[in-house]
Amino acid sequence: MRLKIPLAIIFVMGIFTIVTHFIPAQPVAELNQTFRNWYIGIISFFIFLGTVNLARSNAEKVRTRARDWKYSIILIIALAVMLIAGFYKGRSSMEEGTPFMYLYFNVQYPLESTMYSLLAFFITSAAFRAFRARNKEAVLLLVAAVLVMLGRVPVGAAIWDGFPDVTEWIMSFPNAAAKRGIRLGIDLGLISMALRMILGIERSYMQ
Amino acid sequence: MRKAQSAFALLQGTGALIALLLCLAALAGAQEHPAAGQDSMPAAGMFAVSPPKIISLEDTPNDGGTSIDITWGLSSSEANAPGSVVEYIILRAAEEGGEFDTVGTVLAGTTMYSDAGLEPNRPYWYKVAAVGLGSEAVSAPSGPGYGRMQWFNRDLRSVLVLTVLICALIIISIVYARRKSELMYLRRLPVFDAIDEAIGRATEMGKKVLYIMGQLDVDEPQTVASMNILARVADRTATYGSTLDIPCVWPMAMSMARETVKESYLRAGKPDEYSEDDIYYMTTDQFGYVAGVDGIMMRDRPAANFYLGAFYAESLIFAETGYTTGAIQIAGTAEVDQLPFFVVACDYTLIGEELYAAGASLSGDPVQIGSIRGQDIAKAVFIGVIIVGVILKLMGIDALDAWLAIG
Repeated sequence: MRLKIPLAIIFVMGIFTIVTHFIPAQPVAELNQTFRNWYIGIISFFIFLGTVNLARSNAEKVRTRARDWKYSIILIIALAVMLIAGFYKGRSSMEEGTPFMYLYFNVQYPLESTMYSLLAFFITSAAFRAFRARNKEAVLLLVAAVLVMLGRVPVGAAIWDGFPDVTEWIMSFPNAAAKRGIRLGIDLGLISMALRMILGIERSYMQ
Repeated sequence: MRKAQSAFALLQGTGALIALLLCLAALAGAQEHPAAGQDSMPAAGMFAVSPPKIISLEDTPNDGGTSIDITWGLSSSEANAPGSVVEYIILRAAEEGGEFDTVGTVLAGTTMYSDAGLEPNRPYWYKVAAVGLGSEAVSAPSGPGYGRMQWFNRDLRSVLVLTVLICALIIISIVYARRKSELMYLRRLPVFDAIDEAIGRATEMGKKVLYIMGQLDVDEPQTVASMNILARVADRTATYGSTLDIPCVWPMAMSMARETVKESYLRAGKPDEYSEDDIYYMTTDQFGYVAGVDGIMMRDRPAANFYLGAFYAESLIFAETGYTTGAIQIAGTAEVDQLPFFVVACDYTLIGEELYAAGASLSGDPVQIGSIRGQDIAKAVFIGVIIVGVILKLMGIDALDAWLAIG
């Protein structure tokens, strides 16, 4: 019973979700929207649970003086400050000029941008490894990459005005064809996995 | 003096001529739009625009009956003098003779508007107003129009046929696999052996195994696929006795991961070794999560990193950081744009559909493998359809193209 009820729910909801894609009738669409609203409600509740979990586990780290417990103090303080700033102006705390938005734009946003900017360095190091001409495929990759890069930067067109056209051709034909092939496989794989779950064949996550 | 007088006379004559032309133009305008519309309201010094005429009120096809398509003919003012009409305003009344409210505005030159958000099977009346520079002319009311509810979206008939075909092929393969399980064979991907190898190495080194489920919640199929693989990974960590560390982006995914791992430890007969604290919520913020996970990699130096699920800009940051720590890295995603990053920086990568097939393949269950066989047959069918489509297109026949088109 512990297994059958969840499997029955998955079956009914799975079939219903597929059917709603083809039936535009209002009663079906409304029911679908109701289920979506339930999901949003559940997510909101889970966010609250997640925050409690985060605070609890870090408080525990501080209490037991676990490794790196000092970082946990910073996290708890940051969590409390953002929470107070969020509640301070109530619903209007998302408006410009409020303490919450001040902290968002002057603390969180720059920190996120810093993390994102690391990508530039990582792309360089990864490209250095990927573009070493070790075999035929790697040489092909290297040549394609150089052509695309030259077509994307102004200096490329200054060297030869055909580089942007070559880049466009590589991106529009070989690249797009390969991506579509992968996407076709992904979509078929997705349908197959969805069927396995709807039919209760794949249930490794709930056995 | 005489020159000045003649110049003055010339100016007078020119002024009179302009005035005469203006009067004629005004008269012409009045003759052109006699009784243009009952609500024509020319402003002082402006020419009246003529009203448009509503041609049809039709139910919007393939919807839930909540929309009506209003089609009208261009105002003759716009047809004769482009630019004289600025926009058209669509007005709606819920009862005959009732008050009309504005429901939408479209630019001049437009002759159709879909009025959405209506009640199915309820009558509505419409007017369309042509708005010129300082004047407005409203059409006669037209109606009633009804939004009719449809039970099947005809635009999606080709999608339905293909979906049924794919599902049928997969189900037939599953049934076949139940009967002839000994014939089911799936080429084993090296990455599946690498999972055992990576966890074994982590156990030998006394280091943890880091498992990242991607950026999206449990409503994303990639996260669900990741959960299926997590069950197998947790089986191994439970068997080998290594620590499994799972920082989560979404609390619901965290809750599901806890249940999945707990079940695996129960299956392995080691429920006491399961630690709920190793599966925890970190943050839903994309780069906050990146900072947190990178911190774990640099401080704890896990010996095996798994990145399985939906990844975006963070994919290369994770993979490169993991590379610098010397961990065995196994990745998998259906995000096509992120695949090259994982291929470059990780030891093994599940490409697209392999992520979805991994759970079934790892289980070794012939019935699940049968579904993958069905998926491969469907793939062959699609390749055939593509080849036929290309040949037909080259021959100038658009039938298949038209049938597959949506909308």
